[in-house]
Amino acid sequence: MPGDARPKGIFKNLTAKIAAIPMVLTAMVVFLGCSVWTIVYSFTSSKLLPKTRWVGLDQYERLWGSRRWLVSIENLAIYGILALVLSLMIGFMLAALLDQKIRFENTFRSILLYPFALSFIVTGLVWQWILNPEFGVQNIVRAMGFENFIFDPLYNADIVIYGVLIAGLWQGTGLVMCLMLAGLRGIDEDIWKAARVDGIPTWKTYVLIVIPMMRPVFITTLVIITSGIIKLYDLIVAQTGGGPGLASEVPAKYVYDMMFLSQNLGQGFAASTMMLLAVVIIIIPWAYLEFGGKRHV
Amino acid sequence: MNSVEIKHLDLQFASIKVLQNLNLTVSKGEFLVLLGSSGCGKSTLLNCIAGLLEPTSGQIHIHGRNVTWDEPSERGIGMVFQSYALYPQMTVEGNLTFGLRNAKVPKDEIARRVERAAEVLQIKPLLKRKPAALSGGQRQRVAIGRALVRDVDVFLFDEPLSNLDAKLRADLRVEIKRLHQQLENTMIYVTHDQIEAMTLADRIAILKDGKIMQLGTPDEIYNRPLNRYVADFIGSPSMNFLDGEVLGDSFLRGDLILPLSDYRFAGGASVDCSATIGIRPEHIVTGELVEGMPIRSEVVVEMVEPMGSDTLVYTRLEDTPFHIRMDGQARVRQHDRLAIGIDPARTSLFDTTTEERL
Amino acid sequence: MSDSTNPMARRDHTHDSVEPDGPRPRHRLSGRNIMIYGTLIMISLYYLLPLYVMVVTSLKGMPEIRLGSIFAPPVDITFEPWVKAWSGACTGLNCDGLSRGFWNSVQILVPSTLLSIAIASVNGYALANWRFRGADVFFTILIIGAFIPYQVMIYPIVILLREMGLYGSLSGLVLVHTVFGMPILTLLFRNYFTSVPVELFKAARVDGAGFWRIYLSIMLPMSLPIFVVAMILQVTGIWNDFLFGVIYTRPENYPMTVQLNNIVNSVQGVKEYNVNMAATLLTGAVPLLVYFVSGKLFVRGIAAGAVKG
Repeated sequence: MPGDARPKGIFKNLTAKIAAIPMVLTAMVVFLGCSVWTIVYSFTSSKLLPKTRWVGLDQYERLWGSRRWLVSIENLAIYGILALVLSLMIGFMLAALLDQKIRFENTFRSILLYPFALSFIVTGLVWQWILNPEFGVQNIVRAMGFENFIFDPLYNADIVIYGVLIAGLWQGTGLVMCLMLAGLRGIDEDIWKAARVDGIPTWKTYVLIVIPMMRPVFITTLVIITSGIIKLYDLIVAQTGGGPGLASEVPAKYVYDMMFLSQNLGQGFAASTMMLLAVVIIIIPWAYLEFGGKRHV
Repeated sequence: MNSVEIKHLDLQFASIKVLQNLNLTVSKGEFLVLLGSSGCGKSTLLNCIAGLLEPTSGQIHIHGRNVTWDEPSERGIGMVFQSYALYPQMTVEGNLTFGLRNAKVPKDEIARRVERAAEVLQIKPLLKRKPAALSGGQRQRVAIGRALVRDVDVFLFDEPLSNLDAKLRADLRVEIKRLHQQLENTMIYVTHDQIEAMTLADRIAILKDGKIMQLGTPDEIYNRPLNRYVADFIGSPSMNFLDGEVLGDSFLRGDLILPLSDYRFAGGASVDCSATIGIRPEHIVTGELVEGMPIRSEVVVEMVEPMGSDTLVYTRLEDTPFHIRMDGQARVRQHDRLAIGIDPARTSLFDTTTEERL
Repeated sequence: MSDSTNPMARRDHTHDSVEPDGPRPRHRLSGRNIMIYGTLIMISLYYLLPLYVMVVTSLKGMPEIRLGSIFAPPVDITFEPWVKAWSGACTGLNCDGLSRGFWNSVQILVPSTLLSIAIASVNGYALANWRFRGADVFFTILIIGAFIPYQVMIYPIVILLREMGLYGSLSGLVLVHTVFGMPILTLLFRNYFTSVPVELFKAARVDGAGFWRIYLSIMLPMSLPIFVVAMILQVTGIWNDFLFGVIYTRPENYPMTVQLNNIVNSVQGVKEYNVNMAATLLTGAVPLLVYFVSGKLFVRGIAAGAVKG
C-alpha cells in the first residue's frame, strides 16, 4: 500500500538528482578533479606527455629560477595593482558623475560600457594600432610640430606593460562603473537628505558616508577585477605577443607556452598551481569576510 | 467519521523541534482553525498535512488511509495560499484546470467542474483573464476555486486572508463561512488572526512551540482557557492578570478578597496554592451594576482610549496595570475615580507555577 | 505670431518672474553642470575613439593610411578592406578570410549557448526548489570553481576530450563552454528561481505537477527575462573567447577570435592595417550588436554575473 513506507535515500527526489548530474560531474570531475590532477602532476618531470616520475619541488625551483617567470610575475604585479587602483578610482568617479541625476544618462552609460562587450583580442588589436608609433598617437603629435615626441609603449620594453594597461582600463572600467553605480543607487536617498540637512559638503558625504557604506560593493568589485587580472592572457597575445622580447610576458601566457609550445608540461603545471595559490590567497580572506560568522541554516 | 488524523507527529529542522508529538483528529465536515503567533508551527503542520513537508516521525491519515509519504496531489486535499500562488502566465481558467489536466481528467468533466466552481465563487466573467488583471479579492477567490475543482473533501487554508485589506478580509471571511456551510466539507484553516479563528471555527487548536496548548470550541477557548498562555493570547485587549493565592474558598491579593463559591474549579474543588487570577477587560462591571457584584473596588483612571464602539480605560489595581473595556458612550476622564465590580464566575484561575487552569 | 513679438505674452512672462512666490529661475548652464557634462563628454569621446579609428581605418586604402593621420576621416571611401577581411585575408597558408572563423564561431555559439542555458536553468531550478542532500556541497564546489584560473584545468581537459574523441572538434569546444558557463549561469538561475514565491511551487505540487511539469509549465514561462539575460551573457562570453578556442580546436575549426589574431599578428607579408581593422570590426560586430540591442538587460546581466560570481 502506498504511503506506508518512507521513500528512502537516493530514490527521494530522484528526478531532481538525475537533473543535477551535469552539475555534479562538472563540480567533481572538472573543477575538483582536474585541479587536483594538475597539482599532483606539478611534482613530476612531465615533458611532452604527463608521466608519474616524481621529482618533488624541482619544477617549482626551476620556475622561480626562470627569468621569464620572474618578469611575468613582475608584470602581473605592476599591471594588477595599477589596474585595480585606477579602475576602482575611475569607475567610482564615473559612477558618481552619472549619479548626478543627469540627462542622457543611458547614452553616457552605453558609451562607457560598450568596450566591455568586446573581446580582449579586439581590444588588444585596436590599441596596438592606435599606439603604433609609425601611424598612431606618436605620429600625430609629431605632425603637430613636436618632432622629437616619443610615445611608443608597445616597442619599449620599459613601458610596454603601461601600453597594455591603457587598453585594459579602456575595456574594463565600464564594468566597475556599472557595479559602483548599482552600489550608489542602493544607498538610501534619505542618507543624502540627512547629510544635506546637516550641511555636509557633497565630497565629504562621499568620502565619509557613502564610500564606507559601499564597502561590500567595493569588496565584490575587487574580487571580480582581481580574478580577471590573474587570468590576463588574450590581451597580451593580441596586443604585444609578450614582447618586445620578454617584456610583457604574464603567468597565464607562461603556462600556455610551456604546455602547448615548449612541451614542458611539468613547468606549465607548476606555474598554473602557483596561479591557483595566488587566487586562494585572495579569495580566502574575502570569503571569510563575506560569509564568515553568518553561517546559513 | 474522521477526516484527518494526525498521530505522534514530530518534525525537526536541524536541532530545532518544530512539531512535538502532535496528535489531532478532525472529523468530517468540521472547520478547524490552527491559531498561534508566528513560529508556533501552525503553517508547518498544515504543510505536513498537505505533503509539502516531510515529518521526522509520526503518521498522517486522511479518510482512514495512511498518506504520510504520499505525494501532495494523491492525498485528496486542496490548498489555498496566503499569496494566492496563482500561475501568472495562465488565465484564470488555466489556473483552475492545471491540476485536472495533470491528472488527465476528461475534458467534459473538467468543463463541468470549472463551471460549477465559477458559479459558486461568482468568477465566471473572469475566466479568460490573467491573474495580474484581477483584484486581491478576486485572486483569492480564484485560488479557492482551484481547490474547489479538485473535488476533494479536505481544504487546507494557509492564512488566506492575510494579504487583503481589512474590509475585503471581513467580506471574504463571511464568504468562506458560507462556502463551508454549502459544501459541508472538512476545512483546516491556519491564521494568526483571532477574530478569523473565533468567527469561522467549529474548533480551534492553539499552538505554541509545536505543541497544542488547547483544542476546543471558540466558546471554550474564550471562557475557559486551559492555561495562562491561551488566556493571554485570546482576547483583545488581553486579559488582566493578578498574582495572589487561593486560601480555602477565596482568592487573596493584598486588600482584595474574592469569594470563589461560584467558581467552577477544573479539579472540582479548591486547593490552597499560589495562583494567578485572570479577568477579561470586558467582564469588569462598572456603573449601577457594581452594587450587585460580590467584589467591589475603586480605581483611578490613568488614560482613556475612546475607540468608537467601546472605550478602553487604563487603570491600576493592587499596583498592577488593569484594563477595563467600557461602553463607547462612557464618559470617563483622566484622574476620575471609578467603582468596579468583578463576577468570580467569569474569571479564570491559574496555578502560578504550572500556569495550568485551576 | 511668436511669443517674443507678442506684448501680451511678454507681459505675462515678466509678471511671472517678478512674482515673489514664483519658482526660482533655473540656471540650465550652471558651473556645476558645465563641469559634469564637460567631463562626461570628454571621457565619452575618449571611449569612442578606438571605435572611430577602427571604422575610418577600415574604409581607407593603404596609400591614404601611410600618408595621413589615423584620426583623419577617409578621403576615398573603399570597402575593399572589408571584402578582403571577410573572404581573402591570409593566415599562414590559408587565404579565405575571416568567413570560416565566423561560421565556426556560429557553430560553436549556438549549441553552446542553448546547451549551457538548458543545463544551468534545470540545475538552478533543482537547487532552488528541490533541495536534496549534498546539493549545497556540489553547488559550493561549482561556485568556487568559477574562481579557479582556467590554466589549472586546461591540460587535464585536453586528456578528457582526447579520451572521448572530441579533442580538436567543434563539439569538444561546445562541451568546454557548457562546463565553464555552468557556475555563473547556475548561480543566476538559482537566485532567480529562489526569488519566485515558494507557494507557487507548492500550489503546483498540490496540483499534481512533478519536476519537469513544474519546470516547463510554471517556472519557464515566468522567467523569460532571466533567460534573455543568460543568453546575452553566454553569447558575448562565448563569442569573445580566445583561450579555449586556441587550445581545444584544430586550425580548420578555429573560432573567429583566434583567426582574427592570426590574421592581424601574422608575421608574413606586408601589414594591411585597413584589412586588419575591418577584420577586427567584423569580429567585434556580433557582441556590439548584442550589446546595443539588449541595452538594460546587458547591464542586468553583468550585474547579476558580478553579484557573487
